[in-house]
Amino acid sequence: MLIEEINILRHHGLQYVPDVSRVELTPLFRGKPVISPAISSSEAEILMGLCPTSAISIEGGIQIDLGKCVFCKECQFTCPGKIKFTNDYRMASSYRKGLIINEGEDKPVSVDPAFVRKEIRRMFRKSLKLRQVSAGGDNSCEMELNAAGNVNFDMGRYGIEFVASPRHADGIVVTGPITENMSRALQLTYDAIPNPKLIILVGTDAISGGVFSGSPALRRKFPDNIHVDLYVPGNPAHPLTFINGILDIIGRKA
Amino acid sequence: MSHFISNPQNNPLLVPLAALPVMDYQDFTAEVGKLMADEEAHCANYYAFPLNNRLKFICIVANDREHNLHILSHEQQAEGLTLHSLTAHHPAFHIFEREICENFGVIFDGHHWLKPVRYPHNRARKDYVMDNYPFYSISGEELHEVGVGPVHAGVIEPGHFRFICNGEKVLHLEIQLGYQHRGIEEIMVTAGTGLKYSVLAESIAGDTAVGHSNAYASVFELLAGIVVPDRLQIERAIALELERIAVHFGDMAALCGDVAYQLGQVVNESLRTTIINTTQAWCGNRFGKGLIRPGGSNYPMVQEFTMAMLKTLDSSIKRFSGMSDRIFSMPSVLSRFDGIGVVSPGHARTVGAVGMAARSSGIMRDIRASHAYGAYNSVDYEPALVDTGDVLARALLRRMEVEKSAELILQFIELHSQAESVTSKPVYNAQLIPDSLAISLTEGWRGEICHSVITDSNGNLFHYKIKDPSMHNWLALALAVRDQEISDFPVCNKSFNLSYCGHDL
Repeated sequence: MLIEEINILRHHGLQYVPDVSRVELTPLFRGKPVISPAISSSEAEILMGLCPTSAISIEGGIQIDLGKCVFCKECQFTCPGKIKFTNDYRMASSYRKGLIINEGEDKPVSVDPAFVRKEIRRMFRKSLKLRQVSAGGDNSCEMELNAAGNVNFDMGRYGIEFVASPRHADGIVVTGPITENMSRALQLTYDAIPNPKLIILVGTDAISGGVFSGSPALRRKFPDNIHVDLYVPGNPAHPLTFINGILDIIGRKA
Repeated sequence: MSHFISNPQNNPLLVPLAALPVMDYQDFTAEVGKLMADEEAHCANYYAFPLNNRLKFICIVANDREHNLHILSHEQQAEGLTLHSLTAHHPAFHIFEREICENFGVIFDGHHWLKPVRYPHNRARKDYVMDNYPFYSISGEELHEVGVGPVHAGVIEPGHFRFICNGEKVLHLEIQLGYQHRGIEEIMVTAGTGLKYSVLAESIAGDTAVGHSNAYASVFELLAGIVVPDRLQIERAIALELERIAVHFGDMAALCGDVAYQLGQVVNESLRTTIINTTQAWCGNRFGKGLIRPGGSNYPMVQEFTMAMLKTLDSSIKRFSGMSDRIFSMPSVLSRFDGIGVVSPGHARTVGAVGMAARSSGIMRDIRASHAYGAYNSVDYEPALVDTGDVLARALLRRMEVEKSAELILQFIELHSQAESVTSKPVYNAQLIPDSLAISLTEGWRGEICHSVITDSNGNLFHYKIKDPSMHNWLALALAVRDQEISDFPVCNKSFNLSYCGHDL
């Protein structure tokens, strides 16, 4: 009996990712895009018409807003060589504009300490308990958040955990485009968390409404009226994007 | 002929609207009664939509013995409409009549409980709101109620569960959903364009991104007159089976977690990771978003990937098998699974259960076998079946299905190596056949997914109807927990793992 379990453990081996900040994801992983300055204005027009969530715009040069991008990569397929989605999963930002990737720019998306409230680093650096609320999420972001705590990504090692009660939580993690039918429960959960509290939006749907943006079934007052501490883009957000974003705002090294 | 009958194995199916007779309601109910008298028949979808100031109703009955689809239709004046309920004789119609009532205010005379389905933003009765919903109640000094949700203890989607208990024992569970309603059917029509349809389809239920985008791609291709190469059909089937294996691993982990068997949980979690990382290696997304596109693929399977996938699959299945042997021989696990949350074959048939919920209660219902589509037409496949209908049955079925899926993938890879080496690019915009109804059925990992689309006279998308298998199966969960200890609810719930967003749309 015990022998069987030992055998299982032997085959199981060590599954955890030793350093979550330095993982080489598969080359095709659709992470942070890079936009070539050689893109012409006619190409830009085509891409803007193609993008299903209007994440591409022209403001000086061409831009991609990761808060709207669904990472379908169709812009790269249409203009190969001009746009490239890299496998860089570190895309979380502490301010909304930090999610905008400009033409010709190849610097990492990162958390700017100037935008992080001081008490966050002081109070939550060693222990952070979070309450998750799905408000119209399609269950892919939710599953990735669960995976962030699993045997592979194990964010528990940094003292980061999801808890059942908002009363036990230091912050709220919202997924989904925020439906009208869930808006009240989301507000009640947020209100039940003691101050000071973090607000984290995970996934493109939560950040901008994503592909559901403009749907009459949404009510997005909540994120519009509140100071958001961390934006974690993705469709869904990869567990490593989430964990690294959190480590950055609480000021902790992986 | 009073209604449209498809040829056997004609899935996806295209029906010119002109070929769909409009039936008198009495004839409609009589015909549905005749069709449903066959135990091998079930309702795949029944819905209504406004057409020229009237309501047009479409009913799709799938017959597993004849491998065909029966499409019935009737039209009514919407104002103040009351119809005799089908549910009174065929309880599986309860959810569809409730949905029609909620959307359009149609009263079904004889329906026992026209309970709201999802409180859509464009419902007929705006004065019906979630906050004043009168839950079913039973009075009695010894009874108490337990309300759970919409925000649950774990990281999962929202829904409300209201238990009426006598001590620890659940007498009745009422499930109220709708919190996830995003209006996806409506925006498919109003805001959908080319690529956006595909992105929306894979967001219907992100855990079934491959299943739903398959269903969408099939109807779109049919309406656009696109015939996709065999090779692509095979790749789609492989993606579907990978999705199934990954979710089944994850579900086994969750089931072990709920009965406090940590080794079973962590091993299965890590196995799921290997499979979804394989999907990520294939297309850059762990859930297969972006992999299935109408007309072609941005990620054709290459030899190098196939070899890597086979290696991962082989080692994962071996590890899963060893782990499962242990799980299913541990008394402390079995005592929490065995005889818990039973759905009898009779009940499963009555509620119209599909997919895993049917096959774990002894009902052979699997679109891959009964209404085979794409590459499933070219393989040997006999669905796994268990008949005890308890948590153990649903866990065992997952184990068996993982092995079946792995065998299927091997067959598909063999076919893939023989298939003509052509690749095609996705097609997002095409002229669609006007005035038509297109239906596709796909066996997602939960069960039967049905997408049903109507085009107008200009070939534009006029109406898009989505049915996730969870529509049928939520009631099976409510029945499963009757007379069980309330503490067994989590493990019962995980054993079904139904979709909230797929239901709420």
